Amino acid sequence: MKTTTSPLPIGRWLGYAALIVFALISLGPLWIAFKTALTGPNALFASGGSVLPNDTTLFNFQRVLGFIDPSDPRLQQTGLAKITFFRALLNSVIFTAMAVIPQIFFSATAAYAFARLRFPGRDLLFFLFIAATMIPAAVLFIPNFILIHDLGWLNTFQGMAAPYALMTPFAVFFLRQMFIATPKDVEEAARVDGASYFSIFFQMILPIHGPSLATLAILTTVATWNEFFWPFLIGREDSVRVIAVAINAFRTQQQAGVPDWTGLMACTVLGALPMVALLVFFGRKVVESFQFSGMK
Amino acid sequence: MPTPTPILSDASSPPLGGSRSHKRLTESEGFCGWLFITPALIGFTLFYLVPTIRAFYIGLTNWNLLRAPKFLGLDNYVRLFGDQKFWSSIWVTVLYVLYNIPVQTVFGLLIAVLLKRLTGSVVIRSIMLAPFLISNVIAAMIWFWMLDPVLGFLNFLLQSLGLGSHAFFSDENLALPTIAAINIWRHMGYAALLFYTGLQSIPEHLYEAARIEGASQWKMFTAITLPLLRPTIVFVLVTSVIGSFQIFDTIAVTTQGGPGTATRTIVWYIYQEAFSSMRMGYASAMSTVLFVGLVLVTLVQMRVLRSGESDLG
Repeated sequence: MKTTTSPLPIGRWLGYAALIVFALISLGPLWIAFKTALTGPNALFASGGSVLPNDTTLFNFQRVLGFIDPSDPRLQQTGLAKITFFRALLNSVIFTAMAVIPQIFFSATAAYAFARLRFPGRDLLFFLFIAATMIPAAVLFIPNFILIHDLGWLNTFQGMAAPYALMTPFAVFFLRQMFIATPKDVEEAARVDGASYFSIFFQMILPIHGPSLATLAILTTVATWNEFFWPFLIGREDSVRVIAVAINAFRTQQQAGVPDWTGLMACTVLGALPMVALLVFFGRKVVESFQFSGMK
Repeated sequence: MPTPTPILSDASSPPLGGSRSHKRLTESEGFCGWLFITPALIGFTLFYLVPTIRAFYIGLTNWNLLRAPKFLGLDNYVRLFGDQKFWSSIWVTVLYVLYNIPVQTVFGLLIAVLLKRLTGSVVIRSIMLAPFLISNVIAAMIWFWMLDPVLGFLNFLLQSLGLGSHAFFSDENLALPTIAAINIWRHMGYAALLFYTGLQSIPEHLYEAARIEGASQWKMFTAITLPLLRPTIVFVLVTSVIGSFQIFDTIAVTTQGGPGTATRTIVWYIYQEAFSSMRMGYASAMSTVLFVGLVLVTLVQMRVLRSGESDLG
């Protein structure tokens, strides 16, 4: 429905050119990472300025995932770090699931109470939840680190997921806005028919608000998958560290010589892949979720 | 967001079992309200409310986590006032925000207007959003590689243009702008999508009327688009400035505060004081000052941008 017909077609062409430039800027670095990951480690020096991979191979993906036998002579060459990325991918999946799934459920129960039920202290509590969105992470991380430390939960998944698992102020606020925006006649009719608050929540609120819950799930999953600072403080051991922490560790491990760029880029591609896949398969829903994240 | 209302097959399902008194309790609106809120309230209390109060308290102590905290009163704040490193980190952070925010906002606006006027297809919007879906660490890693002084793709490109190769991250003058550029790259598409959403709500007839009056494109942009987009602009600016002041991830991956003190921003300094020097008290005092500073910056922005007023009508 673009009714605009510019009097100056040259303006439109310039506009398209600018849009293409911005698209190239967006995707270019991702392509460079991908082509480097496909480049054979020995061809790296010769291929820095090339747009296409040299000596194209899946070797880098295989070795960072641990699919290459440790005695393979190709692994013995100098400059190739011991990267164990498979474990990190798995850890990211566990951490994300443990942080996101209960967070959405308990934020939804809280949002339902804030949106629909009257109980003493409700408005004050909601005000406090909203105020919490203003508290910068830089203030919370020291006391939260000390709490997890005192619980003996350093280097555990529960320590990494705990601050996200019961609520985030954004999730509660977002869902409450969604719940409030729908009329409550049907729920009230169900009440009159004798339905309990529990059955209303499980059989009406959750199904009706499926699209909003999906939007929140997308926003939260992306944010948690990409989280660095908190997992970096709490989970640095191999057994729990997530991809962002692992990639940072592989980088700082090998400052002495030339970094193992092909291996590192294979890690970045694998780490970004789930998010790119989300975008490719659910493009419209993802894009609209992020557009919606700014609505208040 | 309009949603279809499913037909309830089971609206009168039997209430959850239990004794009579249990049944009566689950029928009470007040009780259920508290019950539904309890898990979130526990999370809020443990990880938001108590830590915020505790951060203020820890800021009044000297504590290395090994021995019991020693109460100092306001000593940390007095010390902070005379700490050259603290003030330099504030300055570096402000400089970073000034590199980051204006370019990011202008690019975001430009992309949004182009999307609105030319094509808002899902494909192009997805492309613009892609860098934002990549983590800070991965974005930093990719740029660290592309800007490698010996093998980096962008340095090859610069050389072939006759501009020479640069050590972007180890040059004191280039490191901070380079880190800002990485985050501009990662955020501009997301900002553009938020602006694009805002643009959708501007009534088309305003532009038609202006066109009939013979207004130029630029005039329409400054007289219609910018004022009516103001609520969105305020939101994007306020949230991105708060985020920008807390820059950490990119620095952790690339420069780690260096070269020298060129990228030692406030959160990096707080992190170092807390976890390298184990000075939890001093670090907490600084984080409290950062908190107050961010609240002030936000209030000033809201006031300057007159966020409460509308230009419609």
